[in-house]
Amino acid sequence: MGVEQKLGNMGIVTAKLEDVVNWARTKAMWPMLFGLACCAIEMMAAQASNYDMSRFGMELMRASPRQSDLMIVAGRVSRKMAPVLRRLYDQMPDPKWVIAMGDCSSCGGVFNNYAIVPGVDEVVPVDVYVAGCPPRPEGLIHGILTLHEKVRGQKLRDWA
Amino acid sequence: MPEINTHIDESMLDGFTRLVTQEAIEGKTMLLNMGPQHPSTHGVLRLLLELDGEFVVNVIPDIGFLHTGVEKHMEYKTFEKAVVMTDRLDYLNNIGNNLVYCLAVEKLVDLDVPPRAQAIRVILTELQRIASHLVWLGTHALDLAAMSVFLYCFREREMILDIMEMCSGQRMMTSYFRPGGLWRDVPVEFEDAVRQFLRIFPARIDEYEALLTKNPLFIERTKHIGVLSAEDAMRWGVTGPSLRASGVAHDLRKVRPYSGYEQYEFDIPTHTDGDTYARYLVRMEEMRQSVRIVQQALDKLPYGPTRSNNRKFVPPPRSELGHSMEAVIHHFKLFTEGFPAPKGAVYVAVESPRGELGVYLEGDGGPKPYRIHWRTPSFANLQVLKLLAKGHLVADLVALIGTIDIVLGDVDR
Repeated sequence: MGVEQKLGNMGIVTAKLEDVVNWARTKAMWPMLFGLACCAIEMMAAQASNYDMSRFGMELMRASPRQSDLMIVAGRVSRKMAPVLRRLYDQMPDPKWVIAMGDCSSCGGVFNNYAIVPGVDEVVPVDVYVAGCPPRPEGLIHGILTLHEKVRGQKLRDWA
Repeated sequence: MPEINTHIDESMLDGFTRLVTQEAIEGKTMLLNMGPQHPSTHGVLRLLLELDGEFVVNVIPDIGFLHTGVEKHMEYKTFEKAVVMTDRLDYLNNIGNNLVYCLAVEKLVDLDVPPRAQAIRVILTELQRIASHLVWLGTHALDLAAMSVFLYCFREREMILDIMEMCSGQRMMTSYFRPGGLWRDVPVEFEDAVRQFLRIFPARIDEYEALLTKNPLFIERTKHIGVLSAEDAMRWGVTGPSLRASGVAHDLRKVRPYSGYEQYEFDIPTHTDGDTYARYLVRMEEMRQSVRIVQQALDKLPYGPTRSNNRKFVPPPRSELGHSMEAVIHHFKLFTEGFPAPKGAVYVAVESPRGELGVYLEGDGGPKPYRIHWRTPSFANLQVLKLLAKGHLVADLVALIGTIDIVLGDVDR
């Protein structure tokens, strides 16, 4: 039933370049170690033993934006933080993705006031929104898997 | 050898002249930026460091990256609806924030709290204290490169979060305490779940201590690092475990008891060294004392209502709405207008995991707070970082930020 039966003993696999690259991108996606507020605690919980994000190859958080592919905006973004956030996003190498974790970074959440940016999509382009205040670790994992699905569906002509 | 450009535009330094020493302006010491995105600043804290080689000369915290405008926002909400905002201040001590706000409102409008509600408040607040200390311990050890402690701490923290979720339906932002009592009574499984936790947890504290207390690497990184004398601690307004580790046995649960803390027997752990290791020992002992309090409170948990019966402030139970017109009117009034509070101001403080958490609440006769101010422990404790870090290595800063246990939501509000 293994793949060898179909291939014989040639040691060659044929696949679409798109599939191989997208597979590689989803299996080694490094999130940036970047917590803002309450959601960051749930992000830490998602990495800890009970939820164990490393099951999906997502446990390697990089503290430097230069080494990361995914920015998880975990928490509320204040007006003072927004330029910093944009700069961090600009420093990440392509291809890069953004998850807006929680209500605050998705739409401002309960904070409809002068201090909080009403949704981080005013500052950076967001791929996946995760609802909840804060989302459960399962919610974040679902958001990450949704992002993986999106990445797997990307086309060669869009890579550019 | 290429010539190094040492020219500095003078206007760039204008903002720094009042903050740093003359040596930094002249270029004899180095200015280095740490944060706001840094793995060990526990949030979005920015530190401007003045360094002489590897040694820290001065630390200037730049806060406000998480300024949420909570105090202003609460002025636009009625007293009961504003509970939701309190959860998000100090996001490791949500229940404690609920508690101090509810105590302030109850003091302002003179509202009674039934004994069962008070006991459940104590149980949940102490569980939250344990959860907060677990996050502190996990991240503090992680910063000092002890990875496995983090995994153990979060394993036990999940048990507490399960209890919170069982009571309120939410893991972190519970909004479970309301003015006059609790949102609803705890479910029947509550007692078993807490007892299960109490059975397991003391042995788990020993497990953490086995990993750290006698670990030579941990001792090397924490002993004699950031020594804070009792005089300095009091002068800078430091409260909580950091103050107690300097030898001052000041705990608001003993000094000014609230919610019936005077009924329970517990000790205030203190230490005289005032260094990072002493603060670690004090917090570990505090977790043991919290277990003691929860045990006692659970053993004599009284039966009865969990919310005050004063219908001017507390909505009637759902069961009455079907047959009592008065209940419907009260319900409607409370949820459309809210209850009015008399003119006057109160200040209430509780012992949060980080220190004295106080609320100054002013009413103007209307249904919304006229002014609310939070005296948050992290804000006061952060100021002392400058004092702690002076003369230490840059690498020790990571330990020092961890040991004062700041939560940026609490600092910036």
